[in-house]
Amino acid sequence: MSLRRRLVTVVGSFGILTLAVVLWAPTVGSTPISLARAFDAALPWADNVDAQIFFVARLPRVLAGALIGATLAAAGVVLQALLRNPLATPFTLGVSAGAALGAMLAIAWRLDVGALGVSSVPIASFLGSLAAILIVYWLASSQRRGLSTNVLLLAGVTLNSFFSALILFVQYLADFAESFRTVRWLMGDLDVGSYGPLLAATPFIITAFAVFATLPRALNLLTMGDDVAASRGVDVVRAQQWAFVSASLATGAAVSLGGPVGFIGIVVPHLVRLMVGADHRVVLPAATLFGAAFLVLCDLLARTVMAPVEVPVGIITALIGGPFFLWLLVRQS
Amino acid sequence: MNTKASLGVAGLLVIVSFVSFVWALQTPRRIVSLVPAVTEMLFALGAGPQVVGVSSYDQDPAEVRQLPRVGALLDPDVERILSLQPDLVVTYGSQTDLKAQLTRASIAVFDYRHAGLADVTSTIRQLGAVTGRADRAETVASDIEQQLARIRARASSGARPRTLLVFGRERRALRNIYASGGRGFLHDMLEAAGGTNVFADIDRESVQATTELILARAPEVILEVRSADVLTAEEAARESASWAPLASVPAVRERRIVVLTGRGLTVPGPRVADVVQRMADALR
Repeated sequence: MSLRRRLVTVVGSFGILTLAVVLWAPTVGSTPISLARAFDAALPWADNVDAQIFFVARLPRVLAGALIGATLAAAGVVLQALLRNPLATPFTLGVSAGAALGAMLAIAWRLDVGALGVSSVPIASFLGSLAAILIVYWLASSQRRGLSTNVLLLAGVTLNSFFSALILFVQYLADFAESFRTVRWLMGDLDVGSYGPLLAATPFIITAFAVFATLPRALNLLTMGDDVAASRGVDVVRAQQWAFVSASLATGAAVSLGGPVGFIGIVVPHLVRLMVGADHRVVLPAATLFGAAFLVLCDLLARTVMAPVEVPVGIITALIGGPFFLWLLVRQS
Repeated sequence: MNTKASLGVAGLLVIVSFVSFVWALQTPRRIVSLVPAVTEMLFALGAGPQVVGVSSYDQDPAEVRQLPRVGALLDPDVERILSLQPDLVVTYGSQTDLKAQLTRASIAVFDYRHAGLADVTSTIRQLGAVTGRADRAETVASDIEQQLARIRARASSGARPRTLLVFGRERRALRNIYASGGRGFLHDMLEAAGGTNVFADIDRESVQATTELILARAPEVILEVRSADVLTAEEAARESASWAPLASVPAVRERRIVVLTGRGLTVPGPRVADVVQRMADALR
């Protein structure tokens, strides 16, 4: 089958799945609502509980899930190829730890700032992720011209533990209520409450995806080694730089929106590769779509399975993703 | 006075002084409290001068700010506690290691367990018995109980608005909203103040309230308790305005969102009745 036909088939089927999930998810929840009432424009907005549950509570949440799931899955694909490491995730290179540290500080210090409908915690966590990206990039590019993927990996992992220690320190010093909130933030939460945070994160994520769109051919060659890629005309250094920066930026935006939702970035890429093969030209769009559907479904479980009590979505993704990933590891070895 | 009588009086004096000596030995003279609510109770009972160490989180009454800090629930500083030579240490029920260490050092322990509103006065009475201030404790406890009874009686005549009691929320946003479930101290306070908890059916102390859940439960009053913050009037207005997106919630529509601030709002200590009174005023 030609690439074009495979791409159309795969993207078409994954696209239909994702679209179906995203359309269906807001109709289900802990409270039964009437769709007819929700879409009845004749009813005044202030009296229409069904419409508010649909448009204020569920839709932003489903859209956040789709955006974050797509971003983390795509960033996972890019970073696994860049680092030539199947265990790499969007959180391997310290971005999420930086974001978490930012969020922890905003919570512990009770920062009270806000802009464009975004509150202090997402802003601080995005700044934290940017700081982490800069540190890792600087470390990895200081040794030689371009990026050393080995140094990138080591610097990222070390920064992760360093930031984790700082996070624990902040949590330990924080008040009781604050430390609980920080722990809860780490479990991921898609109840964004309004469209503001979504709109704020989207430009960064769209920019990153525009870069992702140029990467698949280079990623295919990079997985075979820098020399192979260079001999086939890939500007290795530039491709690595773009891949690292775009994937990290997207991850930072996604994490600041919904917290570090685990396992999407590692499980979805592998699952998609099992289904569609290893060609990044197909894997990248397929993982993007599947990541969106997967996280929206996990969040659907999170908000209904123990209703009215909510299960943090990160627990659901890990409970599903963890065993699956272990199975994958055992199977491969 | 004959000799027999003098001997009798002297004997009686000896017995009285012996009994009071033994009593004094048993009555703690150096108390360390790791529980802020109990520290406040000790001061309310007049045992403040005996308190020689408090937890890292103690702030009230003002006298405690000069006292040595000995850690808290998760990080009690055993060395520091022992160096203060206490004869009674107030600990949390879950601090089993600390209790074992203190018992080994032959130091008496007062085990505090955080539970409902009724436990506040029972703790005060127990504390009175332990510190030899049972009469004072009885007065303090029954004052609180009478004040609560008066608030309950007044509330029973009026409407009991369906209330969402929020004790945590991200500033300027409807995220990370934590509200009282149908169990525990905050729930008891709300019900005593004359509100009906919208989450009374959820058998937990705290509920992470999603926007969907709040829309579905449609509270008539939203009561936000912020014990850590002191908000200016402008900030309080902005925080109330954060709820605007949930326009169908009666509390939002009728602007019945009250932000209560101040230290001690969530301390289950001797000031509870005053806090319940503030809640009752807010609900009316």
